[in-house]
Amino acid sequence: MSRFTIPTPARAQGVIDAQLADLGRRLQSNPTGLCPVDLTRAFIDVCHSQSCGKCTPCRIGLAQLQTLLTQVLDGEATESTLALLEKTARVIAATADCAIGYEGANMLLRALDACRDDFAAHLQGNCTAQFAAPVPCLSHCPAHVDIPGYIALVRAGRYADAVRLIRKDNPFPSACALICEHPCETHCRRRLLDDAVNIRGLKRMAVDCAGDVPVPASAEATGKTVAVIGGGPSGLSAAYYLALMGHAVTVFEKRKQLGGMLRYGIPSYRLPRETLDAEIASILSAGITAKTGVDVGADVTFADLKRDYDAVYISIGAHTDNKLGIEGEGGSGVISAVEMLRGIGDGELPDFSGKNVVIIGGGNVAMDCTRSSMRLGAKTVTCVYRRRKEDMTALPEEVEGAIAEGCEVLELAAPEKIELDENGNAVALWVQPQMISDIKRGRPAPIKADADHVRLPADIIVVAIGQAIESEHFAENGLDTKWGRILADMNTVIKGRDGVFSGGDCVTGPATAIRAIAAGKAAAGRIDTYLGYHHEIAVDVDIPNPLVEPQPPCGRINLPERPAAERRFDFKLMEYPMTLQQAAQESARCLRCDHFGFGAFKGGREISW
Amino acid sequence: MVNIKIDNIALQVAEGTTILDAAKQAGITIPTLCYFKELNEIGACRVCVVEIKGVNRLAAACNTAAEEGMEIFTNSPRVREARKVNVELILSQHDCHCPTCVRSGNCKLQSVANDLNIIGFAYENAPEKNVCPGDFPLVREASKCIKCMRCVQVCDKVQALHIWEVKGTGGRTTIGVKDGKKLADTDCSLCGQCITHCPVGALRVRDDTDKVYAALADESKLTVLQIAPAVRTAWAESLGLSKEEATEKRMAAAAKALGFDYVFDTDFAADLTIMEEGSEFLHRLQNGGTLPLMTSCCPGWVRFLKGQYPEFTDNLSTAKSPQGMFGAVVKSYFAEKIGADPHDIFCVSIMPCTAKKHEVAIPNLNDACGDPDVDVSLTTREFARMLRADHIDVKALPECDFDSPLGTATGAGVIFGATGGVMEAALRSAYFLVTGKNPDADAFRDVRGLDGWKEMTYDVGNTPVRVAVASGLANTRRLMEALKKGEVEYDFIEIMACPSGCAGGGGQPICDGEEKGGERGKILYDLDKSYALRFSHENPEVQALYRDYMEKPLSHKAHELLHTDHYGWNMPE
Repeated sequence: MSRFTIPTPARAQGVIDAQLADLGRRLQSNPTGLCPVDLTRAFIDVCHSQSCGKCTPCRIGLAQLQTLLTQVLDGEATESTLALLEKTARVIAATADCAIGYEGANMLLRALDACRDDFAAHLQGNCTAQFAAPVPCLSHCPAHVDIPGYIALVRAGRYADAVRLIRKDNPFPSACALICEHPCETHCRRRLLDDAVNIRGLKRMAVDCAGDVPVPASAEATGKTVAVIGGGPSGLSAAYYLALMGHAVTVFEKRKQLGGMLRYGIPSYRLPRETLDAEIASILSAGITAKTGVDVGADVTFADLKRDYDAVYISIGAHTDNKLGIEGEGGSGVISAVEMLRGIGDGELPDFSGKNVVIIGGGNVAMDCTRSSMRLGAKTVTCVYRRRKEDMTALPEEVEGAIAEGCEVLELAAPEKIELDENGNAVALWVQPQMISDIKRGRPAPIKADADHVRLPADIIVVAIGQAIESEHFAENGLDTKWGRILADMNTVIKGRDGVFSGGDCVTGPATAIRAIAAGKAAAGRIDTYLGYHHEIAVDVDIPNPLVEPQPPCGRINLPERPAAERRFDFKLMEYPMTLQQAAQESARCLRCDHFGFGAFKGGREISW
Repeated sequence: MVNIKIDNIALQVAEGTTILDAAKQAGITIPTLCYFKELNEIGACRVCVVEIKGVNRLAAACNTAAEEGMEIFTNSPRVREARKVNVELILSQHDCHCPTCVRSGNCKLQSVANDLNIIGFAYENAPEKNVCPGDFPLVREASKCIKCMRCVQVCDKVQALHIWEVKGTGGRTTIGVKDGKKLADTDCSLCGQCITHCPVGALRVRDDTDKVYAALADESKLTVLQIAPAVRTAWAESLGLSKEEATEKRMAAAAKALGFDYVFDTDFAADLTIMEEGSEFLHRLQNGGTLPLMTSCCPGWVRFLKGQYPEFTDNLSTAKSPQGMFGAVVKSYFAEKIGADPHDIFCVSIMPCTAKKHEVAIPNLNDACGDPDVDVSLTTREFARMLRADHIDVKALPECDFDSPLGTATGAGVIFGATGGVMEAALRSAYFLVTGKNPDADAFRDVRGLDGWKEMTYDVGNTPVRVAVASGLANTRRLMEALKKGEVEYDFIEIMACPSGCAGGGGQPICDGEEKGGERGKILYDLDKSYALRFSHENPEVQALYRDYMEKPLSHKAHELLHTDHYGWNMPE
């Protein structure tokens, strides 16, 4: 008998391990709207099957939770059942010997706490859950773009039709093809097989190959006028649809050029200016008047616009910076991300050659500044972040891209003070090392590490810790704001203010382009209704039927980028498109949830809005 | 065109043709269960699956398009196995007490399971529990529901009322009532289209035959039956009679064989309705009354209007429906005529309708003697079931006439059962009332046909009359919205809640997968053509009624008995 055997996994164990990985992906792409009680019962089932069986609370207690949950689901439970459920879970959580038991019980306690209404509804024999995402990509796209539709059109080589279909819900197909954060991909049902379809990559295929696609003709002029304050993605989206509906729209933009954060927040290596300019020109071709360099509040007042126009849409974005509040922040060489990117947006590129640049922050804007700094010739570029790299809110590929380009990411470092020379110029950033610790509000929070301050030499310090909203003028005119945000509902309606609507970053705080676009779309619909119309936005594009074909598991095509050593020196687009061969394979991976599953019944396609 | 092979038969079909339709062209039947053409093509039951060469998974024939070069097999070993297992799975959650089910013998699941030679249960039988009370005219037995979604679809797409919805998720997904309400608390129109589109016995009307049997057994009761126009188009569909055998007179004979003391024809009351409603229309037209006048004979429509467009209540004709008028006449004029106490009269109606069960229970429809004008309303299906229960050999019955004095009708009364019929009948008599002479009986034939929303302008004695006819509540909703926005203007509107009118009514016999309203409506138009009298005002019994009792249309007496106050009852909040 040997004293120790090298463990070799049995085939069965290998399969189970693979199944667990599959299950993990399956759960990550869970459809929304499912019954929380039924899901909790299923989770407790899994927990129970994981029990070793040694201890009472886990071995028997979890089984009793299953039984009680089944009674709830069967409509056979009463308030006392819920009380017993809670008591049992409480005891399991307190007495199970290991995490298999107590964490299982904690899942139930959290569900009971957060979904009390759903549990209560079952006592009356009702389940309020409704399958909410028949077509996961479409449902998770804030603008509800018909994704399976345009993927099928790309597959069929009907690129112009694909663009027309996208424009029904989103007038920024080219910009989104390059910079959208693609929430559509998070719940892609293809993840149940292998991985999400590269939706953004296929959209790029459509816009790259479509050529010039004219916008649809506008409806008959209504004689109604709408002022849009702010010419970013939200304002221009609203303007586009309102123009198509036949209303006379005027966009007031404070900056020199239109585009908002697409121009003044996103560097051209991600979104080339010529692409953006062409997109804006196509939007304006719907018949929109744009007045740039007009500051509402200084050059013209909100009251003027309210008086002169039938409706007003406020979409001023979030264009001012947040301050760190540390010593030396006022020094020369300390700039905000907004300031830096705004200059770049107008083509005023600062020269960072030979400079040590430090960026503070962990979001996508911090990454834009980091990577732009490298392109501006900096000697060293360091991104400093309080938490760990994996806690950054920036997309992982942005962080990896920055590192590949030679930028440094210094994690677990909290800015302490900025050291200035006798002339008030920044020379270094002092940071306090951190240690990651307890999870608070769902995120691991850093605490001060028992370590000395570290000095990072820095000639330029870019503060990228979020943006704020310049809403004072509107607050002075009686609009309610909270932390600078204009208070409007999901439909962009401002309570008690007839004819005034607001959406985008100035309502939500800094978010994504597609959410701003969705707000513009919502505003257009709402304003049209307010003006007494019901114009339908639709497109006459027939969607190819899905083909009957095998769907073997297949890897996802990712978009390659230009070599880091090359792209780090210029602001030209860094991402390559798919090849025709790749697009053919990738588009065929779409499982066509518009046709298969619940989509065949309800919610498969929104023909118009 | 695409070239395909189905079960080794090569054929060409148009691009986009489903495998199901392609197979039909090749003479091959693929069994279906949830499928309903153009209404429910969602591939939910997975019974219509077929095997396609080179494709690993089986495909649903009902919503998969045939592609060039496809080789399809409808009876391969894998298909046989899959079809059977899927039906066995459905049966495992279906209340299989078939002998006591109203749909026994006319159940899609029963026939599919039977065809597939399924003997015994492969899985434990555990149906969903029933929660619906049985006192509302529309009853849902959850234990029989197979979640085909047809009821949701018909209520959404055809009737635009959205009463039914998918409730819950996962294994407990079922069909519920919108907003978690009880059915009786909704603005369900009671059109019954969900019932006639249900493949199984999950949806049915409340059975009221016991109440009728009790009255028939009660010697103190004088039982009077009335039979609605559309019933004659379909009454014998489930009794194995040919169209030629299923005559009106044989229907009257069958009703008599059940033991009713008097068997009358609602068509008589339809003619009476025309006299009242037509006169009301002319009165409103000439005296600046509320227009457009909207017909009030369809209780599904009246419920829809009162629930969805209550602001139009004044537009409804105050005339009772033919069923209601008939009851009021029976318990007044007729009772007097035969010297009977109206309280001893038990008035039963056979209707192609489920909403009529609601109508007879409206509290203020009791104008003749304080009792309900009509005591019980049965559907065409209940009528057929009574005939079967009594083992009446209907085919062998000699034909007989309806009884007098409420048994004579004109062609105008008969066509009430088809969309456009009320309008056409009204126009025929309105023309006479205005001009003093009859138009050609077919002068207004353009209002016929199955279009969901028709509009016409007719010259009636030098006055242009703009009329509209709609059937199906989704079409009705479109019309009402257009009317509200001022996009259309009419003088007179006929609405029937059921597509194609009463001939396709929710109380008519169920032929799974078929819309028979058009075909049945044609029978009514053929009858109209065959009648000697085709104008309501020429009905001699109607003339006698006015002469001897009512005086004239819209007289005080007529108002009392033949009209009603639509504000006298409310839809649920």
